[in-house]
This record gives sequence, structure tokens and C-alpha cells, in this order.
Amino acid sequence: MNNLVKPRTAREARAARGPYGRIQQVVDEIDDRLGIAKGGRVLLGKIFPDHWSFMLGEIALYSFIILVATGVFLTLYFVPSQATVVYHGVYKPLDGVRMSEAYASSIDLSFAVRAGLLMRQMHHWAADIFVGAIVVHMARIFFTGAFRKPRELNWTIGVMLLILAIFNGFLGYSLPDDLISGTGIRIAYSILLSIPFVGSYLAVWLFGGNFPGHIIIERFYILHVLILPLIIGALIGAHLTLLVRQKHTQFPGKGRTEHNVVGSPLYPTFMAKTTGFLLMVSGVVGLLGGLAQINPIWQFGPYQADKISYAVQPDMYMGWLDGALRIMPSWEWAGWGHTVPWEVFLPAVIFPGLIFNLCLVWPAFERLFTRDNKFHQLLDRPRDRPKRTAAGAAMLGLIFMIFAASSTDVLANFFHLSLNAVLWFFRIAVVVVPIIVGWVAWRICLEMQGGGAAIGRRKRAMVISRTAEGEYVGVTAEPRPGDEHEELEPVPVPERIEVERPERVGATGERVGAAAVGAAAVGAEGGDGGGVRRVPR
Amino acid sequence: MTDVDGMPRAGDGSPVMIEHDGEHRTPVALPVARFDDPHLEPAARHPRRAELIVAFFLLVGIAGVAAFGGAYVENASTQALAVTFGVGLFGLGFGLTAWGKYLMPRGPFEEARHELRTSDSERQAMAAALVERTGVVVKRRKFLGGLLGAGFGIFGVVAAFPLLRSLGPLPGKLLFVTDWRKGSLLVDSGGRPVHKDDLQPGGIMTVFPNGFQNTDNGQAVDQTVLIRLQASGNIVTMPGRESWGPDGFVAYSKMCTHLGCPVGLYERLLEMLVCPCHQSMFKVRDGAVPTFGPAPRPLPQLPLTIDPDGYLRAQAGYDQPVGPGFWERNTSLKNGTPA
Ligand code: HEM
Ligand code: FES
Repeated sequence: MNNLVKPRTAREARAARGPYGRIQQVVDEIDDRLGIAKGGRVLLGKIFPDHWSFMLGEIALYSFIILVATGVFLTLYFVPSQATVVYHGVYKPLDGVRMSEAYASSIDLSFAVRAGLLMRQMHHWAADIFVGAIVVHMARIFFTGAFRKPRELNWTIGVMLLILAIFNGFLGYSLPDDLISGTGIRIAYSILLSIPFVGSYLAVWLFGGNFPGHIIIERFYILHVLILPLIIGALIGAHLTLLVRQKHTQFPGKGRTEHNVVGSPLYPTFMAKTTGFLLMVSGVVGLLGGLAQINPIWQFGPYQADKISYAVQPDMYMGWLDGALRIMPSWEWAGWGHTVPWEVFLPAVIFPGLIFNLCLVWPAFERLFTRDNKFHQLLDRPRDRPKRTAAGAAMLGLIFMIFAASSTDVLANFFHLSLNAVLWFFRIAVVVVPIIVGWVAWRICLEMQGGGAAIGRRKRAMVISRTAEGEYVGVTAEPRPGDEHEELEPVPVPERIEVERPERVGATGERVGAAAVGAAAVGAEGGDGGGVRRVPR
Repeated sequence: MTDVDGMPRAGDGSPVMIEHDGEHRTPVALPVARFDDPHLEPAARHPRRAELIVAFFLLVGIAGVAAFGGAYVENASTQALAVTFGVGLFGLGFGLTAWGKYLMPRGPFEEARHELRTSDSERQAMAAALVERTGVVVKRRKFLGGLLGAGFGIFGVVAAFPLLRSLGPLPGKLLFVTDWRKGSLLVDSGGRPVHKDDLQPGGIMTVFPNGFQNTDNGQAVDQTVLIRLQASGNIVTMPGRESWGPDGFVAYSKMCTHLGCPVGLYERLLEMLVCPCHQSMFKVRDGAVPTFGPAPRPLPQLPLTIDPDGYLRAQAGYDQPVGPGFWERNTSLKNGTPA
């Protein structure tokens, strides 16, 4: 309020502030300078669809927040150095062992720092959840066609986030310099080496010399804690900005059209739900971090180039690359004074490159066939797009089989099969299983299309009864208790809420509760059963 | 936020309300809900019950986070920290989510979706700005533009040198050499020389050239497995290696030719070296040719000799680069001998 006359009494001051009190003052002061009252109000009314599948991206976002929070804690104690020390810390089984400072500090972080092990394990669990949530979130975008025009750019950003998340996970996993992570770094070095023409330059430059060199932990460290998180954070920002600008997609249903978004407003409903969800995800990661052991580096021992442990298994999100390396035949090519290690280059560089590029070009690829250049704000049900659903299912089948192939030795032991049999099983399965999965998915889609269930409506039970003649008839059941709470037609978010004295108040209690919630924004009081005060105007 | 809302501004820059009804500051066009609009009712059918549930979980959460503080101060076990932290945050989170889901207005509410595109004339103006300005201002000075481009280009190339080149040395011969030389004494990881009586037939150990500790990456590239096979006399693993395996001793590079993992497992009965990374198997008696798995080449063999005092020495260094393949590697595929 631009009041030039200074108020002299409290009453005058209150009157000057207007019906919305101090909040109005704050809004005015900010709006004077930034002019965002209107935009801010629109933002608070941004509608978030209520479907559960929209929560998957939130899991990814919140695990990233947890990663940053726990990661900053880890940086306070972790020493990114390959210099050799002789350990004399609190963990007695390693007393007197020569190891890198990185490994020694990770051990102390686990045993000597208060809540250190909790933070390390939370960080590791959150990394796995981060990548997993991105993949599942991506599957939901894919199967519902949310990547179609105008959202192709956000799909692209999403794929880049997945790639960067996997990379950063690998870098972080390498930092403690234990026996397993050191083996992983060795493999990464060899994969770089396998690239024709430039491989040896890339590998030697990245490592500052031949493997292992003295500097790789430091370089991985700065990439892991600063450079990649910055890029990931910026891309997440761009992802969400586009989301606000283009608004959410939604499933078809009552009152939902191509020209609106139906759901809950950002303030207060969505904010409450999503903040609560952040806390819930953090709680679950905390429970996992303290109760479910992950990456017990003290059991693996420090990295030594000539040592290796049995059953080397990389982290979840690298497992599929390891599987591809295992089932690839040993096709090295040599001639004219040169060598191309296809047995490494193909599964570890070309194959993931193909998969990620396929993801990147999918929106354009699909449009090539559908010739569909229209805007799409309403989502597809997967069954209504059998071909796309089949393609996605086949892709998931392929990745799953490749991933499973990373445990050939474990499976061979477990089922008492020869390693050779297991290997050939996977070589065949990675081709056959995706085809079968795709075909089955396609058939299921076609079957389900026949059902014709109402979209966005709660399903009613069918009562099947036998008549005296032995004929079966199906009748839709009476509405169950849950059904009667019929969804209303959507209305615009009320910018203001008129609080009137209801005709009859207090008897039910419910009414009053509703008033308290709805009217909180304008400062009304209610709920004592004695009636609702009119808002001062 | 971006569009002009059409409100006139007073001279001092402060906004003036033009659209208001009486004392309200809010433009009348905005939707107003009546107090008893059913959309504002809580989503729960029994709000009182929902309220109790929310309160219960918030209380659990408060207890949890408070207990977490206590556990931290007491330096309690990781498990105690996790349970208090996890239950605390989950309780608060569940309570808050349930509050939002069951006690806030059930809606549903909608928001109109407008086309993002601007008008045709706006688009044309944008394209015109690009094309015309380029035509008038830049194209006439093509020569200067060329110079500027050349400057940036040269700087880009020049900057790439210090950026990339300073990261590390040129590969050069780095990937081709190890510290094994003619006459190198075999030592164990503690630096102790290996005598021929140190290893019984069937035995295996990891060896290095004497002095490897003082070299940069010795442990990685020099690691070698020494195996004593059940045999009398020389082991000839391949034609041309008649003298390489004196007294049943053979030595191979321990770096897997697949991805460089240490080939750390030995199947004594089969006389096979096994790489734990991807299960490549190498037949020791036949020059460590791979018989299974993704490894493409035999492990390079180190020619051995036994000196007059009974200590093992290398006749020469490796005759080829050890470890995984790379572009500059110049050997034929089949037998692992230099082309
Ligand atoms: C972007 C997502 C991130 C992912 C996927 C990720 C993943 C990982 C993983 C898997 C580890 C190994 C943990 C273990 O020892 O078991 C790790 C370690 C580490 N991370 Fe991250 N991280 C991320 C972001 C961050 C950030 C933002 C920071 C700090 C600002 C950070 C700091 C660290 C540190 C210091 C370690 C080494 C601690 C140790 O192992 O002792 N990370 N990270
Ligand atoms: S590194 Fe030895 S089999 Fe892959």
C-alpha cells in the first residue's frame, strides 16, 4: 500500500494495511521492486495432476537433493588423494596396512566420524534410487506418449540427465579406492583404450599417464562433487522450467481436455503433499542407509593393482555394461600394424551409445511413422498404442537380460550349470527375450482395448449370476461406498474465497473443518463450533 | 509474468489499481469461491478421523527427530541413528502428505492451457530482426566477420593444446613397455628374490622385476604370475619358446588381455588361469591361449631362466605389450608373437 500519511495509532496502522495485514505489506514491498505479484499468484495456482505416476520424477528429484546434502557432508571428511599411508585408525583389522589416503579417509568416515557410516550409505542408496527412479520415470513418459510435441526438448534433457547420473554414480563409486572400485577404474581405463585412433591418448591424458597413475582420484573427485552435479542441477532446473512453461500433461477423464489441466493447485495442496513426500523419501533413504549395508569397503581392502576379489560386481547402473562385456565374443581385429579390440569397443562404447541415441531420437523416429505433428496434452493409455508399448517393453526386456548377464558366474554356481551353458543362454536370450516380450505386450494391448473401461473413472465391480436356465449374465454392481464420492466437475482455482455464515453451523463438525482449510488463506477462524467469523473487509 | 498487463503507471512508477470493486484490491475478473462450494470440502469422507491420523503421524515424526538428536549426541549406533532419523522424517512426511491429500480442498481444480505460440507478426518480426540486421550490418562487413571467425578458430585450436596436452604425457611407448629387462631378478610383492625351491610343483605366486617399487606404475604393468607345473625339464608352451620354461616354471603377464583385471584365479587340476572379471580362461601349458570368455589373446609369456644360485631371472622382457588391446598395438592376432 502506498500510503503517504503516517498512521498514528495501531488501529490506523491496521486499517492502512488493509484486510490482509502484514502479508499484504510484504507482498507490496516485493512487488514494488520485482513486479511479481501477478506471476506469483498464477504460479501458486499452477495445477498438478493427481495421478500417482507423476510422482516418479519427484523421487528422482528428491534423491538428488539427498545426494547433494549427504555428499556435502562426505566432502568434509573425504581426502581425495592416492598418496600412500600406513593405516593406524580405529578400524583394527586394517591396522598397519598400506593404503591410499582416499581409502583410509573413507574407512575413518565409516567408523570414526559421527553418523559418517549413515551418511556414506545414505549417499550410496540415494544414488541407486536416483538412477532407478529416472529410469522408471522415463518409462512412464515413454509409455504414455508424454514426449510428443511440444515436449521433445524435455525428453532430450531427461535422457541427458540419465546419462550424467550414471556417469556420476560411477565416479562416486570409484572414489573410496577400495579393491572393487579400483578394478572398476581399471576397466574404465581399458574401455577408453579400446577406442580406435584416439583411445590411448584419451586414456593416458585422463589418467595423467599409464594406469593407475597418481592423479585419477583427484580428477574423479572434482568431476564428481562439482562439475557433474552443477551440470545435473542446471539441467534439472531447465527440466522444471520447461515443465512450468508448458504445463503438465494429463490422462483423459472427466472434464479433462487438450485445453486445460485438472488437479490440485501448487499452494497449498500440492506443496503439502510434495514436501511430505520429500520427507518420506528422505526417511526411507535414512532407514536403508542405516539398516541395509551397502558397499562395505572395509571388507574389500585397499586397491592394489595386482589384487582382485572373487565375484567382482559393479554397481547396479553399470551392471548392464558389464553384462554386455561378458557375453560379447572375443572378436579382436588386428592387421596393418593396428589393433581394434571390438570385444571391448562394441559392447562398452558402441552398444550404450546406440541405446542412448535411440532414446534421444525416439520422438522424431515415432513421428516418422505416425506423421503426427499435432500438439498432445492428453496422455495415451499404453494399450491404445500397441506398437509403441511393444517397442518399449522389448527395450526393457533387452536391458534386463543384458543386466542379468552380468551375473553369469553367480548363476552358473547357483544352478550348477556350466559357465558355457549360461553364457550361450544369455547370448540367445538377449535376442529372443525382447522379441517375445514385445510380442506379448502387443497382444496384451490388443486384448485390453476390447475391454472398453471408462477412462479416468473408478472401476465398478461386475456381478455375474446364473439364471435358472443356466445362462450367465453380468450386471454392474451397486456403487460401493468408495464410489459415491463422485468426482466433481473441475472449476478454476478460486483466487478468493468468500466466507459467509453458513445456514447451519457446528452440528456436523465437517463443514467447519472445510471452512478452516479453505479460508485459511484469508485469515478466517473457525472450528470451535460457535460459528464462523466474517472476514473483515 | 512477461506480458504487459495494461495497467497504467503513475508518474512515480507506483502501480495504480484501475479495476477494483469498492475496497477490494483484487480485480473482479478473478474467480471467487463461495464458502460452501463443494470443491472446498476436504477430500476425506471423515475429516475428523483423518485429522487424528495426521496428528498421530506428526507426533511420531516429532518423537523421531527428537530421538535422532538424542542418538546423535549420545553417539549411538548407525542403526539407532537410522531408525530415529528414518521414522522421524517419514512420520512428518506421511502426516504432511496425508494432510494435503485428505484435509485440503478436494477439488478438482482446473487451469486453462493457452497456446504458447505468439502471433504470426511477432514471429515474422523476430525472423526479420535476424535476417535484416545480418544483411545490413554484418554481411557488408564480411571481411571483418571472417577475421573475427579466424581469431576465434585459432584461439580454439591453440587453447585445446594446453587444455588437453597438459593433462598428461603423450602415450608414446608408455603402453608398450614394462620394467622387465634381460636378467631381471624375479621378486615377490615384498621384494624378496624367488628361488626355485620356493615353489613346489602345482604352486603359483605373483612376481615382479627387482626394483619395481621404485617405478611409477610397476605394480600394474609388471605383475606376472609364476606357475610351477608338474613336469620334468623344460616346458615348451609354443614353438619358438623352447627354453622359456626351465624346470617346469612358466611366467605370464597377470594383466588380462580383455580389460586388464589381474588374472587372479588358478584352477590347479585343469592348469587354467581364470580372470574373475569376466571369466576368461587361459590354458597355462599351451602358452595361456584363451579357451573361454571374452579375452582375445593369450597372456604374454615371460622367458625365464634359472641362474647358477637357483634364483629365477627373466631371459628378456616381454616381447609384446601386456594387457588389453589398443589401436597402436602392433602384433598379429593368433599366436601373440610380434608380427
Ligand atoms: C549427482 C548425483 C550423485 C551420485 C549419483 C553420487 C554417487 C556416489 C556414489 C555411488 C558414491 C560411493 C559411495 C560409497 O562410498 O559407497 C559416492 C561417493 C562420494 N560422493 Fe557422490 N554422488 C552424487 C553427488 C554428489 C555430490 C553433489 C557430492 C558433494 C558435493 C558428492 C560427494 C561424494 C563424496 C565426497 C564421495 C566419497 C565418499 C566416500 O566414499 O568415502 N556426491 N557418490
Ligand atoms: S578383464 Fe579378464 S575377462 Fe574381462
